[in-house]
Amino acid sequence: MTRVTSAQKIAAARAEGRPALIGYLPAGYPDVATSIEAAVALAENGVDVIEIGIPYSDPVMDGQVIQEATVQALANGFKVPQIFEIVRGITERTDAAVMVMTYWNPVLRLGVDEFARRFAEAGGAGLITPDLVPDESAEWMEASEKHGLERVFLIAPSSTEARVQRTVDASSGFVYCVSLMGVTGARSEVSSAAQAVVDAAHNAGAENACVGLGVSRREHVEEIGAYADGVIVGTALVAALRDGGVPAVGALAAELSGRA
Amino acid sequence: MSTPENSEHSQSIDAQSLRHASGPYFGAYGGRWMPESLMAAMDELNETFEAAKNDPEFIAQVKDLNKNYSGRPSLLTEAKRFSEQYCGGVRIFLKREDLNHTGSHKINNVLGQALLAKRMGKTRIIAETGAGQHGVASATAAALMGLECVVYMGAEDTRRQALNVARMRLLGATVIPVTVGSQTLKDAINEALRDWVANVETTHYLLGTAAGGAPFPAMVRYFHEVIGDEAREQILAQAGRLPDAVTACIGGGSNAIGIFHGFLDDPSVEIYGFEAGGDGVDTDRHAATITLGRPGVLHGAKSYLMQDEDGQTVESHSISAGLDYPGVGPEHAYLADIGRVTYEPVTDTEAMDAFKALCRTEGILPAIESAHALAGTIRLAARKIAEGAVPQETIIIANLSGRGDKDVGTAAAWFNMIDEKDAEAEISAANAQNSGSQNSEEK
Repeated sequence: MTRVTSAQKIAAARAEGRPALIGYLPAGYPDVATSIEAAVALAENGVDVIEIGIPYSDPVMDGQVIQEATVQALANGFKVPQIFEIVRGITERTDAAVMVMTYWNPVLRLGVDEFARRFAEAGGAGLITPDLVPDESAEWMEASEKHGLERVFLIAPSSTEARVQRTVDASSGFVYCVSLMGVTGARSEVSSAAQAVVDAAHNAGAENACVGLGVSRREHVEEIGAYADGVIVGTALVAALRDGGVPAVGALAAELSGRA
Repeated sequence: MSTPENSEHSQSIDAQSLRHASGPYFGAYGGRWMPESLMAAMDELNETFEAAKNDPEFIAQVKDLNKNYSGRPSLLTEAKRFSEQYCGGVRIFLKREDLNHTGSHKINNVLGQALLAKRMGKTRIIAETGAGQHGVASATAAALMGLECVVYMGAEDTRRQALNVARMRLLGATVIPVTVGSQTLKDAINEALRDWVANVETTHYLLGTAAGGAPFPAMVRYFHEVIGDEAREQILAQAGRLPDAVTACIGGGSNAIGIFHGFLDDPSVEIYGFEAGGDGVDTDRHAATITLGRPGVLHGAKSYLMQDEDGQTVESHSISAGLDYPGVGPEHAYLADIGRVTYEPVTDTEAMDAFKALCRTEGILPAIESAHALAGTIRLAARKIAEGAVPQETIIIANLSGRGDKDVGTAAAWFNMIDEKDAEAEISAANAQNSGSQNSEEK
């Protein structure tokens, strides 16, 4: 299979004059089969890049909605190697780029190179790593180069210019711009800090700067799309899946992408 | 410091000093495995700490607080009856951190970090706590220095430790029961980290043990080094020579790294850390992280970690809440790997036997955490004698990291010393008081 990268999808969206839409859902929530169906529903309703989160026992960057979903996925028996099955299930049925968001210990435990190899074989595009900074990423840099995977690191409103530069230099695909100082969760308004973070990434040479955290509505997508290359929605989609199942995920994705 | 032992430094394991390892790495361990959002705060903390260490005014402030507030130096007490009855006559000296204000070594670290928080212009500190000792110490430092204090504590622990919750509230702290995840100490740390990410401009995270991302492990050690420095000086004065061995209990490992520090560069001194073996390391209910864990990353540092085959953190179990943590400080992981420190598990039963032994022979009620070090010391003394050591010429220093007042309920239940009906009445009264005060908790 030919692998679709997030960089390709973001470039394609740009060519259409719109920001790329990136949608997050946890792996194995509520079970493996449904998590694949929900991701396919995202792709069918205008989501360009699918971000699948690996449930982890200690998710320090996640708010309550995502925590509860990942706790349930683990309670329902999710095992880390099933991520490859899920990624394959999505890439076989959609042309979306599939990223995996993971805290680092599960990757370390399986082995960084082993994880990268199996993930690439499943058609995955790259990893988003909320608790891995470039400073500690030597092993991941090597494995991602070897297996042709994208590395998405995060920058925050608190990041210094030097750290933004280092992060942009280490990233590929896109740079994840954290819109506010906090954890994941829907908020009524987009943080005023978001644009400054995106500007800092662009000034450091990032081609693609995408904004996440606190983004939940179509008007947020439009507002952020005015200055960023992509918009990341997580908690709102997870809540939709929790409350209304796959159809609700599809409906919200269509609304976010402006198709509804 | 020109003791004869110093001439042996050239023979030490690394051909260089182990005492002042500055991080961020300790061999393959340590580092900063944490969100970018916190990096600026970690850098600021590191810079503030490095500057403070070289600032005579800061050093004088710490010394003054240690002496005139905490009551340092803590005593080094020879435990003669304990030695005769349980250690075959091997001379046992106890480093009396239980005599510090608030009843444990924890005060050393919280005073130092609270001073740093003030230096950084932060007005609020947050802390995690298991049994409540670090929470009480943090609330104490916050009260002393006029800082707002929020303590995260597993909901289950707030019920079991209702009196410590009350102590923190009396000291003006807000206690937030953590109801997410497994509702234990590690989840309290997760919640504190989430709070820190959101409030980092005004808030310092006062981590209670020598774990976490750099600079926490080296910084927490720095504030506890006074334990080892005092103990070394005291044993030279009281026994005329260095000890044959030094022992401490290990949870995250802050009291241990503090006393070990004083002896790491003395090759003649054997060093032992005793982990919580819970029901036994052949069961799945223990907290013997170094003995049975594998390297991984948790709460900012790479170190040994209790985890399953998927890298998910595994629940730890110990009768001692202070040792009930599935991780361990990265410097300990390194000292274990290079063989400078020997780490062994001690079961709940061994620890409680040692707890009672010290009560009955010395009139000292140790914290159950510290009782793990005492149980290990009893075992070590027997081993030394079996190897042919002359008991009266063998010296072991055990770090008595805290007092056992907080553990009276647990110990009394363990030894069936209270009438069950009365105990239940007491606990439900405490719980009623606890939940009654929650509504009006905010101020």
